[in-house]
Amino acid sequence: MRLGEHPILEFKKGKEVTIYFNGKPIKAYEGETVASALYAAGVRIFSRSFRFHRPRGFFCAIGKCSACMMEVDGIPNVRTCKVYVRDGMQIRTQTGTPDAEKDRFAALDDIIDRLFPHGAHYKRFTTPRILREFMMKQMRKFTGFGNPPKAVYEGKAEFEEIEADVAVIGGGPGGMSAAIYAARAGAKVVLMDENPFLGGQLVKQTHRFFGSGRHRAGTRGIKIATILEDELKELENVDVRKETKVFGIYDGVVAAVQKDEKLLKVKPKKIVVATGAYERTLIFENNDLPGVYGAGGVQTLMNVYGIKPGDVGLIVGSGNVGLILTYQLMQAGIKVAAIVEAMPRIGGYFVHAAKVRRLGVPIYVNHTVTKAIGKECVEAAEIARLENWQIVEGSQRVIDCDFICVAVGLSPTHELLYQAGCEMKFVPELGGLVPIRNKYGETTVNGLYVAGDVAGIEEATAAIMEGRIAGVDAAIKLGYGGDEAIKIREEVVKDLEEFRSGPFGERIVAGLKKVVVA
Amino acid sequence: MKDRKIVCRCEDLTEEDIIHAIEEGYDDLESLKRYTGATSGPCQGKGCLMHVIRILCAKTGKSPDEVGVTTQRQPVNPVPLYLLAKGDEK
Repeated sequence: MRLGEHPILEFKKGKEVTIYFNGKPIKAYEGETVASALYAAGVRIFSRSFRFHRPRGFFCAIGKCSACMMEVDGIPNVRTCKVYVRDGMQIRTQTGTPDAEKDRFAALDDIIDRLFPHGAHYKRFTTPRILREFMMKQMRKFTGFGNPPKAVYEGKAEFEEIEADVAVIGGGPGGMSAAIYAARAGAKVVLMDENPFLGGQLVKQTHRFFGSGRHRAGTRGIKIATILEDELKELENVDVRKETKVFGIYDGVVAAVQKDEKLLKVKPKKIVVATGAYERTLIFENNDLPGVYGAGGVQTLMNVYGIKPGDVGLIVGSGNVGLILTYQLMQAGIKVAAIVEAMPRIGGYFVHAAKVRRLGVPIYVNHTVTKAIGKECVEAAEIARLENWQIVEGSQRVIDCDFICVAVGLSPTHELLYQAGCEMKFVPELGGLVPIRNKYGETTVNGLYVAGDVAGIEEATAAIMEGRIAGVDAAIKLGYGGDEAIKIREEVVKDLEEFRSGPFGERIVAGLKKVVVA
Repeated sequence: MKDRKIVCRCEDLTEEDIIHAIEEGYDDLESLKRYTGATSGPCQGKGCLMHVIRILCAKTGKSPDEVGVTTQRQPVNPVPLYLLAKGDEK
């Protein structure tokens, strides 16, 4: 199920390797993640759920959920969507008996409510003591994530201390721009990103951006990532660390893990957090069935690895993400049955909607998905009409599709900021929990800046400008750049205000009023 | 397979489970988290936190600001222990 021809993208396949899934050999290509290689080979069930033993499959594709955790070369709880294939790799599912695909306890799902209704583990079988101890032993056999490691880690374990003026966390459009602008002003920068490539979510965007020429309008997202990366390469004072996950900020010291083999202690004078956002989920019946994906997961499969997510899709949400995804699917030769939108109007830009309509995809407003139908993966979806946010009885109908993409918005990745001690506020206009900051992006924690979606869900163009402002301001505060840098900063601030002054910026501006302090 | 609305994929909690726990009296975020296990699985609430807050708001009439959020602690990403042991040598 790999894509051959694509009108825009060219997929460079790596060397062919063989990996073993529950003992079965599977062909894969170097550069692919384990999860995508398994998906391409037709594996749909990656794990069984914790309590109900329901099948779970490929889902977020960016290491945020728990559905793809497996045992890799004897090490349990490895997120297979973030691990790259190596020849001879042994992969085993860690839930289900004997394995996740043919789990003997799958029938539990139908009867568990009678035996163990929710909360029963606190109430049932608690007396007498002997029964409690017996039940505890039995129950423990069924719970937990993975088995203790069978293998001892024998790879490298190194430690490195890095001193820098500015540490940038996240190598998407916001983070890259922050690094470029801080470095251009003269600061020594270290840029960390968890992926083996820079560009963040830009690498999945095959569409052209619009806006004015200065905002790189007319350029495809994938191209913008390469332009920014080239700009970074020209700068000698930027240390780029790929495959590096930051796991905490301890009193201004950034702790990270590089390639799972090196612990980094970064001591910067300023920090820019540009960790982006993750996808929201939607609650409907069987929303956990393999075949229900986030829009980003599907984009990753299709545009990064060149793998077909399915034959016919149903898109939930008609914001720009949903509309663009529909177009991208059709580009790759995959049918889209329909787009459903709970709101009474289409959420995204008119241009995108018009394009999708021209291609013959119906957009049903005031509709939502009520149920995913299928035994072990999606075989159809049930949609229904909404009136005042209530389902209209009798309006349900079944749509044939073999995957459902949920594109209902994003939430800022707030964890690191919250942990670092930033004052946060819940702002629905900005997508959720965002930090209080000044107009240059500095939060309530001295020297800690934010840029991009983590500061509020917007889009790549705004993220680039926010990154520039944060990066150059951090450099200015450290005494770099002089008057020239101040001029640049004020110019970008004005640019960003202009960019947000259109009708689509209204909501963002209203949200910003709640969190941006002078 | 039974038709279920899953709120928390890691800890396998349905919408009914969350509502049931709130009705049992666990009607603030911290005790709801401890009783049900929501937001404490491998994803640390990335999938469920916003839904739990929404359900809690709807059931109790509180605003999201009143409900608040769960505390985030280090490590925000998984760290292999052999690396932490290495760091200690220095």
